[in-house]
Formats: sequence, structure tokens, C-alpha cells
Amino acid sequence: MTEVAVAKEDVAASDDLVVLKSVNKHFGALHVLQEIDLTIGRGEVVVVIGPSGSGKSTLCRTINRLETIDSGSITIDGKPLPQEGKALARLRADVGMVFQSFNLFAHKTVLENVMLGQLKVRKTDKKKAEEQARALLDRVGVGSQADKYPAQLSGGQQQRVAIARALAMDPKVMLFDEPTSALDPEMINEVLEVMQQLAREGMTMVVVTHEMGFARSAANRVVFMADGRIIEQAAPEQFFSNPRSDRAKDFLSKILHH
Amino acid sequence: MFDFLEGYDVLGAFWTTVQLTVFSGVGSLVWGILLAGMRVSPVPLMRGFGTAYVNIVRNIPLTIIILFTSLGLADIFGVTMGAEDFKIQGFRLAVLGLIAYTAAFVCEAIRSGINTVPLGQAEAARAIGLSFSQTLRLIVLPQALRSVIGPLANVLIALTKNTTVAAAIGVAEAATLMKTMIENEAQTVAIGAVFALGFVVLTLPTGLLLGWLGKRLAVKR
Ligand SMILES: Nc1ncnc2c1ncn2[C@@H]1O[C@H](COP(=O)(O)OP(=O)(O)OP(=O)(O)O)[C@@H](O)[C@H]1O
Ligand SMILES: [Mg+2]
Repeated sequence: MTEVAVAKEDVAASDDLVVLKSVNKHFGALHVLQEIDLTIGRGEVVVVIGPSGSGKSTLCRTINRLETIDSGSITIDGKPLPQEGKALARLRADVGMVFQSFNLFAHKTVLENVMLGQLKVRKTDKKKAEEQARALLDRVGVGSQADKYPAQLSGGQQQRVAIARALAMDPKVMLFDEPTSALDPEMINEVLEVMQQLAREGMTMVVVTHEMGFARSAANRVVFMADGRIIEQAAPEQFFSNPRSDRAKDFLSKILHH
Repeated sequence: MFDFLEGYDVLGAFWTTVQLTVFSGVGSLVWGILLAGMRVSPVPLMRGFGTAYVNIVRNIPLTIIILFTSLGLADIFGVTMGAEDFKIQGFRLAVLGLIAYTAAFVCEAIRSGINTVPLGQAEAARAIGLSFSQTLRLIVLPQALRSVIGPLANVLIALTKNTTVAAAIGVAEAATLMKTMIENEAQTVAIGAVFALGFVVLTLPTGLLLGWLGKRLAVKR
């Protein structure tokens, strides 16, 4: 391990936000997550990469319990994930999630999409929720689209609205599952810029992505997964220039040369 | 030419048909939505009840259900539906039977609508901290309902025609009057035509209006 990585572990030990311990998950006979140990510190930006089917999305989704786990434990800010019901809903409100396919509420306007969680989960009053929603939409650069429906927006705009919707809950951590994979190339940057901005502001982020530029510039750590296991993790520079495992070398040679 | 209509309250009979349709329509929409909610609920007991209800009720002929409300509920169990008057009791029992029956079809129409809502919508809703019932009420059902306005119009049209079964327990709606008139008058074909026209007048605008509404409210993806 390099000095950078060691220093980071020291920080993490005192201020862990998300902690996964020996997490296992099966889909039928398929062992998608195998003995996953992962600690994410407050303010840390972790990029998860790995070949298709390696379990990246599943890992991301277990953190807010969109997928249940078979064994092991997950704690967020010191509290174990609740099983279900109100406590789980409350926890999910603290964990923002951004999906590959945006998933904006199709029957609601952009503004309503961003306000909904505040109104129905946080019980913020309407005026304040709207103020905050408009401020967030301005921040991600889609303020002028507030009254449109999602289908009227470009993919890049929709994804930025989805980020605003998650931010409106004032989450402790944000999960991104391939947020730019469904976008046309010319729209990828507008979304990555918003994410980069968030990272600079100190948001704790777990980002599944194949955008190596983002990983290099914004991540504190890269986690490489294959076949349901975390094969290695390291600071981005170290991982990209000098991967240790053969799986990672093989994977990098494939994605960097096409 | 239409003197065979004299002395009969045709409009009054159709008004009863309209009332049967409206009360049963509203009731079966509410009960049908609740049943659909049960059918997609994470609680196995509710899911089981919803499934059993739909599969039993929609396979029993409506006539038997209506007769059961009268012969079973009223005569054996003494359910009077809060009515002193025998006529009002019959009307209410018919509405009850029609709701019980039609709700099974409403439920299935809505459930097929729920299946058209992409899974990601409910996941996004849960991810911002909405509960199961909030997710259903605020996100899934509004989109599902918009996509099944057409099929629901069909259910409503079928219901309008099905109200004639209430004749079986003596509710004075259109079909009851038609039977009486056919027994007393010579112009049976003309009488049949009048009543057929009456039903078309009731159902055609419903279908057109809801068809237009369905297009207007369709959710764009
Ligand atoms: N709901 C499910 N039921 C059954 N199998 C599933 C389910 N979801 C995922 N899988 C399987 O689990 C494995 C891991 O899936 P996952 O989506 O986590 O991979 P991933 O690393 O995100 O891949 P990708 O890069 O393609 O998104 C895959 O083999 C996938 O087919
Ligand atoms: Mg994935």
C-alpha cells in the first residue's frame, strides 16, 4: 500500500460513513456478492469499476436496501440498515440514488419531481420545498426547465434533474449506478461536471462508472470488482498506472484500448 | 307512432339504470383499486386474498351474485342495507352485487396498468424514502390509471349493460320496464329498439369521452 492509501485508512477509521462487513448475496444459485468488506469514509469519493455482471449494481443497491443481503452487515453512520417499514424509508431518504435510466417520475413536472421527497418524506412546507427545489435545479443548470415534463428533456438534463431530486433530501451519501451510460456522448460531460462539483463540495459518493477521466480527477479510491468479489482497491493514479491483479490488468487493457 | 310508450315511465326507468351505473361504477372503482393494491402488496396474506377474490368472483355469473345478495344476504342473514323500503333495499343490494362483481374486472384492468409502469419508477420512489403505500398512491397508480382509461371504459360500458341483471331481484330499471311493456303491448320489436337505443345513448358518449381522455392523459416516456 502507498502512503496515500494508508493516510486515507486513518481518516476512514475515525469517520466511517458506510461500512459493509462480509456481505453475501445470491440470486438463486448465482453468488453475486461474495464476502464483501468495504468502508467508505465521510466525504470520500469511491469509484467502483469492473466487468459486466461482476455485481457493481447489486453492491450499490444493497447500500440502500433496494436489494436485501443474505448475510453480513451494512451500517450507515453507525446504524445498521433497518429491515423494512418506516425506519428503512427514513434511511433511504438519507441515501441519495441516481440510476442509469434516470427514473424521473414521468407524470410529474421537473419541479414536482424534485419537491416530492421534501413534501412527502421530510414534510417540509410547500413554499420552502419549492425554493429549495428551484435553487437545486439552478445549481445543476436546468432551472429554466422546471415546468416541463421529463420526456421533454434531453437525457443529460434528465439525469441532472435526477441528481437534484436526490440532493433535495439532503443525503449523507450519494450512490450513482452508471449515471452516464445511457447518455449520448455529447451529454456525458454536463453530468460529470455536476458530479465533480459535488465531489469538490465534500459529498460522500459511491460511483459505479466506466468514465476513467472522472475516476482520475474526482475519486479518492477505485474499487475493482470481478465475479462478485472486490479484487483490489487503490488510489486512482496507482490503480490505473500500476494495477496489481491480473484481472484488473486484463480489464484495464480492454477498456483503455477501444 | 310511439303511442305504445304512453303510460310508461321510460325515462324514469333509465334514470334508475343511470343511478345503478353511477353508484356501482364509483364503488367498484374504489374497491377495484384497493384489490389491485392488495394484489401487488408485499404482504402475502393480502396478495392471497386479492388473488382469490378476483379468481372466484369473476368466474361466477353476475345473476347468481345478484340473487345471492337478495336471497342470501337479505333473506337469510337479514342484511337490509339500512333500508326500510323494500324497493330501496333491492336497489342497494343490486349496487352491492354489481360492485362486488365489477371490482374484480377493475382490479385486473388496473393491475395490467401497473405492469406498464417501469420498475424504475417504484425504485426511484422508494429510494427517496417513500413508503410502499406512498409509492403506490403517488407514483405507480396515477401512471397505471392513465394507461388503462381505455380498458376501464370497457368495464364501465359492460357495467351499464350489466345493470339489467338487477331486474332479477325486482329493481325497476330499464330492462324490468321493457319486460313489462313487451308483455302488455303489441309492438315488441319497436319496444326492443327503443331500449336498445337508450343503452347506446348511455354508453356511446362514455366510451368516446373516456377514449379522448385516455389519449390526453397518456404518460409520455
Ligand atoms: N434481479 C436479479 N435476478 C437474478 N439475477 C440478477 C438480478 N440482478 C442481477 N442479476 C445477476 O447478477 C449478476 C450481477 O449483476 P449486476 O447488475 O450487479 O452486475 P454489474 O456489475 O452491475 O454489471 P453491468 O456492468 O452489466 O451493469 C449478473 O450476472 C446479473 O445477471
Ligand atoms: Mg450494473
